[in-house]
Amino acid sequence: MVNPQLDAEGNLKHLLTIEGLPKRILNQILDTAETFVGVAERDIKKVPLLRGKTVCNIFFENSTRTRTTFEIAAKRLSADVINLNVNTSSQSKGETILDTVDNLIAMHADMFVVRHAQSGAAHFIARHVPDNISVINAGDGRHAHPTQGLLDVFTVRKYKPDLHNLRVALVGDVLHSRVARSEIHALTTLGVPEVRVIAPKTLLPADVEKLGVQVFHDMKAGLKDVDVIMMLRLQNERMSGALLPSAQEYFRTFGLTQEKLSYAKSDAIVMHPGPMNRGVEIDSSVADGSQSVILPQVTYGIAVRMAVMAILGGGSIGGGNAGGAV
Amino acid sequence: MNLPNPETLLAEITAKIKTQLEFNGLTNTALVGIHSGGVWLMNHILKNIKLDVPYGMLDAAMYRDDYAKRGLKTEPKPSNIAFDVTNKHIILIDDIFYTGRTTRAAMNELFDYGRPASITLAVLINRGGAELPIAPNIVGAEILLKPHENLQLSQDNKGKLQLSLENKTLETNNG
Amino acid sequence: MKIHIKNGHLIDPKNKIDAKQDVFIVAGKVAGIGKAPDGFVANQTIDAAGLIVSPGFVDLSARLREPGSEYQATLNSELLAAAAGGVTSLACPPDTNPVLDEPGLVEMLKHRAKLLNLAHVYPLGALTRQLEGKLLTEMHALSNAGCVAFSQADIAITDTQVLWRAFEYAATFGYTIFLRAEDYYLAKNGVAHDGEVASRLGLKGIPAAAEALSIASIIRIACETKTRIHLCRLSTAEGVELVRTAKKQGLQVSADVSTQHLHLTDMDIGYFNTHANLKPPLRSMRDKAALSQGLKDGTIDAICSDHTPVNDDAKLLPFAEAEAGATGLELLLPLALKWATDNKASLLDTIAAITSQPASILGINGGHLSLNADADIAIFNPSTEWNVVANQLKSQGKNTPFLGNLMLGRVYYTLLHGQITYAYQ
Repeated sequence: MVNPQLDAEGNLKHLLTIEGLPKRILNQILDTAETFVGVAERDIKKVPLLRGKTVCNIFFENSTRTRTTFEIAAKRLSADVINLNVNTSSQSKGETILDTVDNLIAMHADMFVVRHAQSGAAHFIARHVPDNISVINAGDGRHAHPTQGLLDVFTVRKYKPDLHNLRVALVGDVLHSRVARSEIHALTTLGVPEVRVIAPKTLLPADVEKLGVQVFHDMKAGLKDVDVIMMLRLQNERMSGALLPSAQEYFRTFGLTQEKLSYAKSDAIVMHPGPMNRGVEIDSSVADGSQSVILPQVTYGIAVRMAVMAILGGGSIGGGNAGGAV
Repeated sequence: MNLPNPETLLAEITAKIKTQLEFNGLTNTALVGIHSGGVWLMNHILKNIKLDVPYGMLDAAMYRDDYAKRGLKTEPKPSNIAFDVTNKHIILIDDIFYTGRTTRAAMNELFDYGRPASITLAVLINRGGAELPIAPNIVGAEILLKPHENLQLSQDNKGKLQLSLENKTLETNNG
Repeated sequence: MKIHIKNGHLIDPKNKIDAKQDVFIVAGKVAGIGKAPDGFVANQTIDAAGLIVSPGFVDLSARLREPGSEYQATLNSELLAAAAGGVTSLACPPDTNPVLDEPGLVEMLKHRAKLLNLAHVYPLGALTRQLEGKLLTEMHALSNAGCVAFSQADIAITDTQVLWRAFEYAATFGYTIFLRAEDYYLAKNGVAHDGEVASRLGLKGIPAAAEALSIASIIRIACETKTRIHLCRLSTAEGVELVRTAKKQGLQVSADVSTQHLHLTDMDIGYFNTHANLKPPLRSMRDKAALSQGLKDGTIDAICSDHTPVNDDAKLLPFAEAEAGATGLELLLPLALKWATDNKASLLDTIAAITSQPASILGINGGHLSLNADADIAIFNPSTEWNVVANQLKSQGKNTPFLGNLMLGRVYYTLLHGQITYAYQ
């Protein structure tokens, strides 16, 4: 099966999921992101890479937060940005995803950033765009959120550069989490030797250990000696029902408190993709504590998204005989 | 063709840069090397002149005009300008001067950090072939080369500089 | 009209014939096997040299999309596909729009199919009104109108009291109940086998246990109520094992498997290929192997196409939103033959699984070439190669996970009561 994310030369064509991307590509994105971290600190927080290009944020599922980070990233690359929130009501009027996408293609967009509530939506759109358009998955159902996975490993790398010597634990709702899937693939691809998931059985997908993780149902055992703790968000509607009895019980058993944090290594870092439910999956004293790197994650998120767009946006005319030297 | 010894050329431009530094005043001047060759040269110059002058590094990849054709390099290097550029006399250092496009990109990038008082371009070798109205101010040597000839500066792990010339199709040096 | 099919190799599983035999047809009926009836002079001769002559195939599930979904397919397009696939008898499930729960609808369908004269259409009546799982249909009247059995299509009856009573009522008249066993709640909103692939792709899974749990209840109720049941589209190893045990206990139970499930697994979803969105979902390698074994040892009685034409718009969607199903009538033979080759099964047994066995499940007089039987015949070459290409399929549905695949085995002639309904060009 041809990997739809890579072109014939093995370069990144779309970013749809971390799964199946070679380590070389992940490192290229992370290394490129390093060059963008400093851009935000300059007088002029812009580089001209995507000048004249149009990036279209198509959000079939609303998320101001994620859309904003992509928008800032695109604008810092000097791209023009179109934001399109396609609510389900206009979809129910009979306009299909492809109708929406075709319209934007007709408007000469160069890059689509897509979020959709259904797993596989980004792959589906990538299959239907012409060759000159790249698709970035900004979250599809439970499947993947690759830029989040990348910014998380970028953050890990910043604080714990020796990835080959790390123990990382993901805590919480793995079942419904596209972030968890992307984090797991990013960590395992980059050679992190031990990735754990800690969750009640109701929040783990079938055969999760086949993704290359160790499964724990107890925070004390699961957090023992870990270097990195990645908390996952618990959606409101799942806090009480048939998956979990209550938010309180979840906090008692799987919420990250100072006490539970003490099971991990003393220099362990704490991450969360946001937005956080304080007092549900994480205690405020931990979220705002000295081991938390949650805000740096947000900062690095922009650099990583700039890197992805910069890699996808360049070289589209074809390499080879690249005119005059410089 | 006999290539000059890069160490000799380095000594030559170091002397000129030192003169320029003294002329501008140490507090108002900064050195900026362009990755990778320019940064090697800058590091040698800083070591030799033994003066405490602010310095920085640029990788103008994000400002290049051939991005649409070539994309980003696979190993980008971060720019690092830790001083305030505004009102500084900047001495921009590169290894080989050819079309002038890297210089153009580097100047654009510099301006995004602030408004320098002046920019002086120092290069080890001007190989001819400028495509823009840009010329180096401080030059170690002028060697006219054909478009298919590719002159490259390299540095071994002991810090020894070496020049090499090869014939190739129009694929270019990235300097 | 007198037809002489000569030089062919006859395979007629019901009559245990696997030999070079000529077939003689008079007035739409089989008039002689091996030897011409007295005074026979052919009006037409079909030279079947190098070809296999078999009873026309009997498909236990083909959606014809009429009434109600003519934008997906029409009776005409799908019965042409049946003829091209060598299928001469097919059962269609009641999940049309409106649902086949009124005798008038069944009579209309039978009537229109008869006018087209391309295949015998045997409707399965709805077991409950609107398939809602609450009120029983007029099964006796539906049976008189032409329903051969009763079914819930893909819709489970969640109320076991209703299920029990539906079984009892059907058993009163000796009707067979066709059910696809799947626990409603475990399967709710699921679109893929609950396993590694679904977990990786973030698709909501349907655990294999959803089938086993439902089969266990169905078998238990069937045993209590002495009802004849047919389990449709087995997909799991546990399901096969439960049927095997039930058969050993002497229960009146039969089962089928779809050509898709015989050959594919959840891995074939690949990067969200909506053609692999099927009901039940494609399952694991282990399940696939168990289905093969079940078919081989007779636990599973029949192979069906589970023909479900879906138009492009309904497939051009994210995986979970796409409509489930695959077109299949034209692939039934080559996929059955491929199963035989892959599993070293005899041609006779394999053909039985698409002729005499499904016919006996439907309780129809078909799927065999006994003297005086309807001359419903498929003549095919098991080694003709062809590619599954969308615009060459007769079915209006171009949706199949086998698109682009090479098939071995091609129908050359299809005869329906002695009339040629399809000839391969």
